[in-house]
Amino acid sequence: MIFFKLILTNLLRHRIRSVVSIAGIAFSVAAMLTIVTVLQGAVAMFSGILSSDSQLIVFERNVSDLFFSSVPASAEQAIAAWPMVEHADPVLFGIVSSADHPIITCFGITRDDARLRKATWVQGNRTAFGKGANDIVLGQTAADFMSTSEGKTVQIGHGSFHVIGVIKTANGFEDGGVFMPLEAAQAFFHKEGSSSVITIKLRSKEDVAAFKARVRSGFPNLIALEDSEFERSYSQFKILKATAWAVGGCGLLLGGLGVANTMIMSVFTRIREIAILRVNGFSNGQIATMIFGESAFVSVLGAVVGLSIGTVFLFALKLIPALHGYIDTSVQPWVVGVVILLALATGVAGALYPALYAMKIRAVEALRFE
Amino acid sequence: MTQATPLPPQSTKIVLRAEDVWKSYDDGAIEVLKGVDFTGVAGETVALCGPSGCGKSTLLHLLGGLDEPDHGLIAVNGTELNRHSSPLRLLRHEVGFVFQLHNLIPDLTLEENCLIPTVASGLPRKQAMERLRELTDRTGLSHRLGSKIQKLSGGERQRTALCRALMNRPRILLADEPTGSLDEKTSATVFDLLLEIAANEGVTLVMATHDRSLAARCGRLIEMRDGRIHEPV
Repeated sequence: MIFFKLILTNLLRHRIRSVVSIAGIAFSVAAMLTIVTVLQGAVAMFSGILSSDSQLIVFERNVSDLFFSSVPASAEQAIAAWPMVEHADPVLFGIVSSADHPIITCFGITRDDARLRKATWVQGNRTAFGKGANDIVLGQTAADFMSTSEGKTVQIGHGSFHVIGVIKTANGFEDGGVFMPLEAAQAFFHKEGSSSVITIKLRSKEDVAAFKARVRSGFPNLIALEDSEFERSYSQFKILKATAWAVGGCGLLLGGLGVANTMIMSVFTRIREIAILRVNGFSNGQIATMIFGESAFVSVLGAVVGLSIGTVFLFALKLIPALHGYIDTSVQPWVVGVVILLALATGVAGALYPALYAMKIRAVEALRFE
Repeated sequence: MTQATPLPPQSTKIVLRAEDVWKSYDDGAIEVLKGVDFTGVAGETVALCGPSGCGKSTLLHLLGGLDEPDHGLIAVNGTELNRHSSPLRLLRHEVGFVFQLHNLIPDLTLEENCLIPTVASGLPRKQAMERLRELTDRTGLSHRLGSKIQKLSGGERQRTALCRALMNRPRILLADEPTGSLDEKTSATVFDLLLEIAANEGVTLVMATHDRSLAARCGRLIEMRDGRIHEPV
């Protein structure tokens, strides 16, 4: 109890300094949580697009971005005919723009695609999809921001398209996207006879290895990955995740420097007090524990405040109409755990030098000259 | 006034010993102790007198394990400190310190300050509180347990420091000008208390002081001059 009081007393003695340190850690944690959660959410959403009613994804080997992948229609037709395949859905990805929105994701798909089958049709119905070359279906968010609806014509990129339906999906990218018949998308993006990926559903999960082997031997330029494998190995996802942690880590490092500064000041301004504790039998370990305890208290409190700020900020982002559907605010428990651990580690690292300094204080000198 | 404690016949056990102790500062530029020999037996009260800078405080620090001699031997209860890997055991269980300045932590209460040595030694809370009550009753501080140090008078602060030094029942009490910062009346009161508690607890008291009248009330008076024990009286 007295030990804990010694830790708290010093923090309360310099309230402003303690609050500034806690705020430093809190804002770092909030920034890290926001960045990591938004990017993790984006990755999960993109993976969700690919794994919609499928187990595997086939795309061009060694491409850095799926938008540059080209899978020939002949390969799609051959794979779809394999007995182990329940269905193979080619998807062509493209980026288009409209008057007020520079980036809209475009999906070139077939009428039987799982996205159309599983979506809630707010306007129109699936049977009309693919009948007209310029017919498109919009995600509800896309329809909202384009202020359009079924039966209207919209300008997308260099073309005019007729809206035949509006669908509601749980995926933000899809909900903000444009769905075109595959052939129309191929013509629009000048990729006739190819798609970006083929999403595959097998009749039996036991056939995954055999399917991958058959793709490898039959189509050396293509690669088949399970959805989880793809999420782990896709270089864009890796870059996004690494960037998120790096930016968040830099923020936390700055917060850690704040803690280090606080702890250095904390030790330097109470050398005499530490000397008194020494004279009364405090060991090096007890002195160090006191310093690390102070630092850990600041870090954990900062992390808790930061997690609260970050969560509120994520919900605020979600409420912005332009971002509606794109922000996944479900904070993963492991992200919270990692953020708290990093904050704690930062705090402890910040207290390392002050603790070592405090352990070297010689009571007799401190009491004589202070 | 309490008189100096006469040595009980059985108390001839040497608890403090310094042999040919040398100590200097600034890489030998300032020689403070120059071959000091000293022995203290169990239960006696010893006053170290002498002018400022003669080495009284330094000798106390060495006897308490707060500093190390350049040369010579220091032994406490038969254990040579030079070979003692850590003075912790000494500071926690065998030696208590009282300084001229009370050296209490101002943001803590009297009770919390006194409990610090028991936190260091790991004494169970219940026993620590019993000991605290016993000491504060004796020193007349039991009504001030929850008071912050800033609210205490100079005499109360020094009595608190005395309680803190005795919390772990040390057998040796080293006091460095314990009444040096107090007025004459308070000084006499605190000194009475020091002698009384030392006598009651059977503690060996070694005290550095400028005050000849207080020193004269100790069982033994040692004169220090120029880093040496000059003339045992």
